[in-house]
Amino acid sequence: MFDSVLRDDYQNILNEWLAELQSAKSGSDHRLGVTELRSQGETFLSLLRDASKKGQLASGQGDSWLALQEFLERISSSRAVQGFTSSETAGFVFSLKKFLFAAMRRTSGANAEALAAETWKVTELLDKLGLLTVTTYQKAREDVIRRQQEELLELSTPVVKLWDGVLALPMIGTLDSARTQVVMEALLQRLVETESEIAIIDITGVPTVDTLVAQHLLKTVTAIRLMGADCIISGIRPQIAQTIVHLGVDLQGVTTKANLADALSLALKRLGLTVGKVKQ
Amino acid sequence: MPTVKSDTLSLRSEQDIVNVRQVVRKLAQECGFSLVEQTKMVTAASELARNTVTYGKGGDVLWEMLTEGLKKGLRLSFVDAGPGIPDLELALTDGWTSGGGMGLGLSGAKRLVNEFEIETAPGKGTRVTILRWK
Repeated sequence: MFDSVLRDDYQNILNEWLAELQSAKSGSDHRLGVTELRSQGETFLSLLRDASKKGQLASGQGDSWLALQEFLERISSSRAVQGFTSSETAGFVFSLKKFLFAAMRRTSGANAEALAAETWKVTELLDKLGLLTVTTYQKAREDVIRRQQEELLELSTPVVKLWDGVLALPMIGTLDSARTQVVMEALLQRLVETESEIAIIDITGVPTVDTLVAQHLLKTVTAIRLMGADCIISGIRPQIAQTIVHLGVDLQGVTTKANLADALSLALKRLGLTVGKVKQ
Repeated sequence: MPTVKSDTLSLRSEQDIVNVRQVVRKLAQECGFSLVEQTKMVTAASELARNTVTYGKGGDVLWEMLTEGLKKGLRLSFVDAGPGIPDLELALTDGWTSGGGMGLGLSGAKRLVNEFEIETAPGKGTRVTILRWK
């Protein structure tokens, strides 16, 4: 019955559904134009009709079914990027139910049993397609998050040159194993490139220094020393200093300073440089 | 001691540890902890939360805000159903670790708080409770 409804009542279903899609869309919503929404509706329904004609809906296999899937995946990911919610995205498919059921009721007449059986089949099908949009939507969102995480990881570890021979690494945020790895690689690489003798790691922006962070810092310091350079850790605030003492972490042998300015002045001193006022 | 409010947070991943730190910092501020006290409590929570995730194979943390007279306090219980700690005395020794850490987490956390309690048995999981008063 579903196949014949889609074939014979196609234009009615399409018009009713498009009207509904259009009225559900608020006027101030500029993310998706009316024309685009209409064309998406038309494409989806025609793909659904093709798949039903070839009998590929029940099996979930075949070229038309794949085309339908691909189309849904494409519009779901574009909606995820455009900032639609997952229910708005899935609603596109689910809103079709009402009109398919209405059309089937028109055809079935009094045959309630056949209608019920067919309704169940169509519900299953549309639920499957709706879930596909949600899955794709979620995946697209996760891709966005992953990309942002990677960007953040790179952005958050800039190695800057403070002076000839002095590099600084202002750390911000949580220091986990992955970040320490990125930081260490970037810093060691820049040490070689710039032939610097002193590296300053500033942890002013690291809110919590626990044993894992301390361990990561110590490893980084050791690696820097193995490269023949010196390392100063700056940004040890009073509360961090007290906590480190209670934790029992041994930072002896590592040069530490309260702030970046002190660390820089120490670095300059070690390089035999002084900063003075210009005589007038 | 009457409990003002309490809640449970799940501890499964590195992200959950970050979340616990943020929640504990906010609660510590609410209790009126000084900056040093806040930092100590947050650091202790970070250590124990990591133990729960790494060694306890995940678990929960229950936080309770307590009052006793005019005093306010924060109690945290880290519960896991992991392998438990076979030798507690050894585990509390500075520098000893069964993993790859510094071996200071458990003993360090103990020094950062006012009250510290462990219930554990091999195969029965671990429950670490810490309490800090304002």
